[in-house]
Amino acid sequence: MPLAFLGVFFAWPVLAIVGLGLDEGGVLPALADPATWDLVAFTLGQAAAATALALLAGMPVAFLLARCRVPGAAVVRAAVMVPFVLPTVVVGLAFRALWPDGGVLPIVLANAFFNVAVVARTVGGLWARVDRRAEDAARALGASRLRAFTSVVLPALAPAVGSAASVVFLFCATSFGVVLVLGGARHRTLETEIYLRTVELFDLSGAAALSLLQFAAVLAALLLGAVARRRRESGLRLRVEPPRRPSGGEWAVVAAAWAVVLALLTPVVGLLIRSVSAVDGWSLAGYRALAGTGERGTLAVSGLDAAVNSVRVATDATLLALAVGVLSAVVLVGLRRTGSWFAEALDTALMLPLGVSAVTVGFGYLITMDALPGDLRTSPVLVPLAQALVVTPLVVRIVLPVLRAVDTRLRQAAAALGASPWRVWREVDFPLAARSLLAAAGFGFVVALGEFGATSFLARPDAPTLPVVIARLMSRPGELNSQMAYAACALLMVVTAVAVLLVERLRVPSGGEF
Amino acid sequence: MLEMTGLGVRYGDVTAVSDVDLTIGDGEVVALLGPSGCGKSTLLRAVAGLERPSAGAVSWDGADLAGTPVHRRGFGLVFQDGQLFPHRDVAGNVAFGLRMLRVEREERAKRVTRLLELVGLAGYERRRVTELSGGEQQRVALARALAPEPRLLLLDEPLSALDRALREQLALDLARLLRETGTTALVVTHDHDEAFTLADRVAVMRTGRIRQVGPPSQVWREPVDVEVARFLGCGKVLPPEAAHALVGVRARVGLRATALRVTGDGPLAGVVVERVHRRDHVRLLVELDGERYEAVGPVGGRWEPGERVRLAVDPDGVAIIG
Repeated sequence: MPLAFLGVFFAWPVLAIVGLGLDEGGVLPALADPATWDLVAFTLGQAAAATALALLAGMPVAFLLARCRVPGAAVVRAAVMVPFVLPTVVVGLAFRALWPDGGVLPIVLANAFFNVAVVARTVGGLWARVDRRAEDAARALGASRLRAFTSVVLPALAPAVGSAASVVFLFCATSFGVVLVLGGARHRTLETEIYLRTVELFDLSGAAALSLLQFAAVLAALLLGAVARRRRESGLRLRVEPPRRPSGGEWAVVAAAWAVVLALLTPVVGLLIRSVSAVDGWSLAGYRALAGTGERGTLAVSGLDAAVNSVRVATDATLLALAVGVLSAVVLVGLRRTGSWFAEALDTALMLPLGVSAVTVGFGYLITMDALPGDLRTSPVLVPLAQALVVTPLVVRIVLPVLRAVDTRLRQAAAALGASPWRVWREVDFPLAARSLLAAAGFGFVVALGEFGATSFLARPDAPTLPVVIARLMSRPGELNSQMAYAACALLMVVTAVAVLLVERLRVPSGGEF
Repeated sequence: MLEMTGLGVRYGDVTAVSDVDLTIGDGEVVALLGPSGCGKSTLLRAVAGLERPSAGAVSWDGADLAGTPVHRRGFGLVFQDGQLFPHRDVAGNVAFGLRMLRVEREERAKRVTRLLELVGLAGYERRRVTELSGGEQQRVALARALAPEPRLLLLDEPLSALDRALREQLALDLARLLRETGTTALVVTHDHDEAFTLADRVAVMRTGRIRQVGPPSQVWREPVDVEVARFLGCGKVLPPEAAHALVGVRARVGLRATALRVTGDGPLAGVVVERVHRRDHVRLLVELDGERYEAVGPVGGRWEPGERVRLAVDPDGVAIIG
């Protein structure tokens, strides 16, 4: 079932795009064009820079979350998570509020901004379980604190760092909204170029060639990540290390972590300020305008209608993603007992939608879905489907580790007591994974709420989502339009923050693994 | 009555269990005894229905169980480390099997109370299982497995995770419990004390095959071959001639440390080579006619290496092989 879903709503559209590119023979010329390689170089370069930055900023936060018992750790946990689920368009706008001209620096900063959470969560999750005694042994043998970190702790964390880096790199390389808003016409990545070529230049074969190139890069990064994940699952002796009060030089790291958190909050605060300022001082005009359709009728529907539509679509997408994601996780857990190559392949395949350009998927829908009964192209069903595709990998990554941590013998004990396989799932797996299911639903919901790449392709003008509305408002002139956009951003941000805080209260053990 | 005929289990190319024929009568307790990795747990899992046999059959009262999934076999299962449901309290764990059988709520509560009394945990109903000690957890696991009155109880190293004192106490409790409830059981263990305490019959397993089946005393005194003898604690094996000279039996024998005891007026003379204090005796290595043997002496003994001692043969420490 999950495979069928992936097949119809992911593989087919993407393959159709690739096929289209190959058919029209645009691939070779595009590959021979030096401009293409400039594009590739910029895409990879900015992704590498952003990844390095995210790692640098994420490590102290990971340390704080995993090892330290200081007041306010819960705030840090939530504050770090907010950027990750903020809509890309919102983040783009937030950075544009600080750097009105855009450029390379804000692009790199914004991409890193998103992904500090991934590093902090993934590395922190492992760090909290790495045996502290190895470090103590190194110190007793005469290693300095720094030396103990570089020669004992860092190697132990390497798998998580590697896995986080590969995912962050993936996100940065395919980041769309941020680059579109901040890069303008000057700085383009493969992802925005695909969008430009399809939407504005109608150069389908060129776009398909670029998609193909991107797909190859994504696959490489995913395979690296899978290797890192496998290394993590084997070989490490783990135990739960309770956090303790930092001492001496550790306070410097804690201070660095707080600095990172403050830096993360800056764009958010900047955006909130912009949403209530006008040329002549403070004003709530932007918020009031949300009830209307913008200056000179920029929008087909009012901002509020778009908000309602956003919530409805995101809810559908979340439910769908939960169904597919949980089913996949259950299948993966079952398959792992037999340890087949199929389980590995399915695991990696489920990650693919994370990395493949949402733009490609959205575009692929447009050219394939007319073949399904009832011509889905203009159907409002498409948007939740596309969003579910983006959310599903997230659900799998959050639920899977929890289900894997359930001892198989616990299920066997239930079966021996007379529980049928379905009953075992209901009595054992479900209660133990319930919190992680709720967390997955929460995160999935906000990610779907902020999804922009595919939605921008598929949302009909009379039923847009908030991110689409924001982008449209920003692209039109008018003071009120831009105020309204900032107000809509603030609205999205508040919904997101509330959802994240609610999820945080559930205290899901690892909060997801990538 | 449980019957295994020609039972075999393979993992890919590895044969874990082969050619096992074993019967467990109603109310009988059989222990599967063997070193770790000998396939005894795999055999138990095959009986439970958790492992698909590659050959042979498991049947109950003559009916083949091949098509019966785990949850319809009505076999209770106790793991080494309890595997209690962490999200349920003690009563919730014990009542689980009864709920699967759709037993009425009141009847369920009554049975749970009775079972907790039986395992010595009266009043523990509302306790969280994560707050219990290892021994208590294992008692709850036992109560949980017994609650639906299984036709057969399967115990996989039920006491191995506990520390020694607790293990010995619980082994006695468990033995009493199995007798009192008249439970038919198959116990897997690597510990002979445990096997002999619990079982009516012991099946010794090695490299996937059952080497010997019999009542504990018989297996203990007459191991079927040298390997079984060594596994059951015979550190020294003597050929018939030497055995005749030393212990007066013209057969191949295995000697446990207890076969030679230090006594003031013993007929044999030896020289102490090493001395180690054990819990309830002193273990010696002595040289006797140029051969080294293990021997035991009373706790207070202070023999030094090089000292001469008198020894006597204790027939209880002698096993006749074959």
